[in-house]
Amino acid sequence: MELTRELLQPLDKSGTEAEAVGKPRTTYWQDVRRNFRQNKLAMFGLVVIIVLLAMAITGPYLSGHTYDEQNYQMANKPPSSEYWFGTDALGRDLFTRVWYGARISLAVGVLTACMVFLIGVLYGGISGYFGGKVDEVMMRVVEILSSIPFLLWVILLMVVMEPGLKTIFIALGAVYWLNMARLVRGQVLSLKEQEYVLAARVLGASPFRILIRHIIPNTMGPIIVAMTLMIPEAIFTEAWLSFLGLGVSAPMASWGSLASDGVGAISAYPWQLFFPAIFICLTMLAFNFVGDGLRDALDPRARR
Amino acid sequence: MKRNVTFTILGLLITFALILTGCAQDKGKKEETSKVIKYVLGADPETLDPAAMTGAPEGTIANAAFEGLTRYDKDGKITQGIAQKWEISPDGKTYTFYLRDAKWSDGSPVTAGDFKYAWLRALAPETASQYAYQLFYIKGAEEYNSGKGKAEDVGITVVDDKTLKVELSQPAPQFLGLTAFQTLYPLNKKAVEANPQFKVEGDKKIVGNGPFVIESYTPKQKLVFKKNPNYWDAASVKLDGLEFYLIDDDKTALTMVENGEADLVVGNVPVEDIPRLKQQGKLKVYPNLATYFYRFNVTKKPFDDPRVRKALAMAIDRKAIVETITQAEQKPAFAFTPYGIVDADGKDFRENGGNDYFKEDVEEAKKLLAEAGYPDGKGFPKVSILYNTSENHKKIAEAIQQMWKKNLGIEVNLVNQEWQVYLTMMEKLQYDVLRSGWIADYADPMTFMDMFVTGGGNNLTGWSNKEYDELIKKANSSGDQAVRMQAMHEAEKILMDEMPIMPIYFYTEPTVISDRVQDVIIPSFGVYAEFKWASVK
Amino acid sequence: MGHFIIRRLVSSILALLLIITFTFILVHMVPGGPFASEKQLPDSVMRNLEEKFHLNDPLWLQYVKYLGQVVKGDLGPSYKYENRTVNEFIRHGFPVSATLGALAVAIALVVGITLGIIAALRQNRWQDYLAMVIATIGFSAPSFIVASLLMFLFAYKIKIFPTAMWGTPAHAVLPSLALATLPTAFISRLIRANMIEVLQQDYIKTARSKGLSERVIIYKHALKNAILPVVTYLGPLIASIFTGSFVIEKIFAIPGIGRDFVIAITNRDYGLILGLTIFYAVFLMAMNLIVDLSYSLIDPRIKLTRGEG
Repeated sequence: MELTRELLQPLDKSGTEAEAVGKPRTTYWQDVRRNFRQNKLAMFGLVVIIVLLAMAITGPYLSGHTYDEQNYQMANKPPSSEYWFGTDALGRDLFTRVWYGARISLAVGVLTACMVFLIGVLYGGISGYFGGKVDEVMMRVVEILSSIPFLLWVILLMVVMEPGLKTIFIALGAVYWLNMARLVRGQVLSLKEQEYVLAARVLGASPFRILIRHIIPNTMGPIIVAMTLMIPEAIFTEAWLSFLGLGVSAPMASWGSLASDGVGAISAYPWQLFFPAIFICLTMLAFNFVGDGLRDALDPRARR
Repeated sequence: MKRNVTFTILGLLITFALILTGCAQDKGKKEETSKVIKYVLGADPETLDPAAMTGAPEGTIANAAFEGLTRYDKDGKITQGIAQKWEISPDGKTYTFYLRDAKWSDGSPVTAGDFKYAWLRALAPETASQYAYQLFYIKGAEEYNSGKGKAEDVGITVVDDKTLKVELSQPAPQFLGLTAFQTLYPLNKKAVEANPQFKVEGDKKIVGNGPFVIESYTPKQKLVFKKNPNYWDAASVKLDGLEFYLIDDDKTALTMVENGEADLVVGNVPVEDIPRLKQQGKLKVYPNLATYFYRFNVTKKPFDDPRVRKALAMAIDRKAIVETITQAEQKPAFAFTPYGIVDADGKDFRENGGNDYFKEDVEEAKKLLAEAGYPDGKGFPKVSILYNTSENHKKIAEAIQQMWKKNLGIEVNLVNQEWQVYLTMMEKLQYDVLRSGWIADYADPMTFMDMFVTGGGNNLTGWSNKEYDELIKKANSSGDQAVRMQAMHEAEKILMDEMPIMPIYFYTEPTVISDRVQDVIIPSFGVYAEFKWASVK
Repeated sequence: MGHFIIRRLVSSILALLLIITFTFILVHMVPGGPFASEKQLPDSVMRNLEEKFHLNDPLWLQYVKYLGQVVKGDLGPSYKYENRTVNEFIRHGFPVSATLGALAVAIALVVGITLGIIAALRQNRWQDYLAMVIATIGFSAPSFIVASLLMFLFAYKIKIFPTAMWGTPAHAVLPSLALATLPTAFISRLIRANMIEVLQQDYIKTARSKGLSERVIIYKHALKNAILPVVTYLGPLIASIFTGSFVIEKIFAIPGIGRDFVIAITNRDYGLILGLTIFYAVFLMAMNLIVDLSYSLIDPRIKLTRGEG
């Protein structure tokens, strides 16, 4: 066959455009956002969190009672039109106390989770990725820290520091990242032998780039699970620490301490346990949904 | 080779658990229908050695297994124990005890030498007994304990096997009551030397001389007693045995009793359950020789001014506190020494002195506060109430905080600390206002009044008053009850006028007892429950 | 492998020494002491006590003496429970705590893995939601609430289990359930998250396209890879759960060592605090070592001995 000039003509532009599989170019983060928005449960969780936050801000002013106003005639009364969530042993309005508590508990839960995430992921990632001697030393440090009795550490903090939220964060921050670090390290140990990591290494990517761009996003599943689980644990540890005298001082109360106080009254005045407990559960569910949504949205493989 | 690690672990875990529960199983015997009372004692005893015991839980155990020269009877009066009579010299310093024919649980006779042996053992520096100071009334005892004197110089003389002579360094009428106390129980030298750690395991047993003898002990679970057939008054003991459950959770203890798994729990009934128990008629409230009060740090402004202390004490509503918070029929306190101590005339010390050294009067309190320079609380420094971690202390502090704010316009902080940190801060006077409590060591006002002498180990307020010191000294050097009691009434009045401490209420002992149990005595101090005369239906 | 274990042992002994040192310093730094009491003791009595327990020796001497004792396997006396040694506490308490822990871990693994697999396979369907709501409630409720509720329902309201104490298998039911709640929730969540991830991997797709049965795919290929974070979690979990839970042991009056630990600290029982810390540390390190070794069993690609090249 003879080649003619006509045959060598460039194709009509409209042809390629027609073949494009209609998707505009998007960045990774745009993807994440879109995937997240499409996840109904995650969006529901987000709405719940926003509502809880809004109530934490406005709730204490809605019922007309303050969090510390006592009325002995009205002690241990069940929910009514006057006291929407009932009253506690000193006749204080539980509705106001619950929303006051929300401020403390949400702050403690979320901030602790974030702090644990940062320290734990970085520490565990480095330990797992570099392996060998680095891993050996870093993991022994984790074991040392988790073997020293927490309560002793708390008592010592109590002596040297003023009680308050700052002290709570120091106490929690000192120990809570330890399990996270071990978890991340375990994942990284397994992932770093995967082909794509080898490929990245061959291509000359720096260890930190490999760790942050390639390995950590792939460990997000268990990390987010562990992080959302951290929230109720932190909420209750705060209650325990406050009870010991490290946290917010009475008559201020958090969800955790309201629930702890309520446990004794399980049979006599169940609403004293029910309300703080139900909000802790709700918070947990919401954060879980958001966490799952985030995990799915961040998953590089799920990128479409 | 592929293996499923998880399921291997699982298999191992289950096997392991089954083996261990299987091992423990043979211990769970069938329910006995015999005459045994099951009592929820509380925490695990720190020791079974009477000389080393300190708390009331241990005291209760020792009281069942041992008997001193005297014993408290059903009405809480001192009566004969191993001593069938005693003589007190006119100067109140020499006690001569005449012992009855009593036997140890191994059958050997209880002699005066057994008492001397036990008391010197408790005092010996190498024993390091914490309650050795209960014996410091005896001449030469403190010197021996502190290493300055010799054992031979301690004023305990064995006249013969059945006669014991004790010389005190100064008159102390409370000494007689102390002989019913664990530190002063006799010990069988041979048995102690064979089992110096007071273990109950294998063939190791504790030889006692009380109504019951310890049969077995499972740490943190239970103590099992059997009736002691060798007890001198075995005829009065109607029970076959006792079981003390070592459960320190109040709610669990109550549930055990309500479920019929135990027969009684004394004190520490959860407040939330009290209204229901009262309604069901299950709650019995017994008096307790103890006072709940707040200490003021008088070395600190503004508490160096008695008017401020008094104003604060007058501006709280004690009735609301006992009715809303503690709920166990505690009595509001307007004096320091509780009800239940016998005065010189045989009547009640508190009733004679009155429970009205001051009144709750907000107007008067405001006036006092204004006089002290803080009208309507203006300019009052920011101070805090320190309490040790506990739900009830927290509630009371919250209530008082609010009362002071409402009635006097004073804002205070609440600070709670872990028990030992709290103790340290109390000792070093690192507080403004401090929650406190005091339980009698013996049934005499002196156990309360000698706390606040200048520099006293338990003063801990920085308060000092010469006149008060003189009165306590006078009471301590006289053997005449009328003189002593009068001096202590006067001292208490000074204490309440000066108010380095603010009394809040007198404790009670809320108790839940099963209907099948009869004649368990709930004493007001020292021992939680006395089972000598108890029986079951 | 042998080389790895030896190196691990050496570093663990060093770590243990550091733990003992830190804890020793810490217990002597916190205020209070084993003989502090609301009723002040006379000086002579206090001196006698300090003499008896050698607390008046200089601290470094106490430290050296203590180390010498520990090397011989003797953890010394308890200061508060005067006639008992720390070794006795462990001998009596550990088997009890460990039994309860073993039961709880077994429950957590069976229930947690089942829930997790169901949720992952039915992702975003009602089974998934139900399983995850159960799990969420499980870890929102701390053990003291679960324990109180269980006792209230199954010992007080419906009397099918004994209220508390230890002895028969029936006594172990409620406390082990209470103890298992949190790890069950955690394991089910971990398994779900990881299963979903693993099921998207290429080798699962390959297995599916080869026509392997769903059963084989799930149990042989997917679960084996999804279980890694659970194994990591098991190390510290077993270490903490076998050494007892203060709350559960207190509420159910169980004579384990979890309660001893907290009581020792509130009592400033120096001997008991240090002894139990050492015991816990050794146990934790052993569990972590087993976990690390099992990594390479589960996933042969994981090499612990090689450093980053």
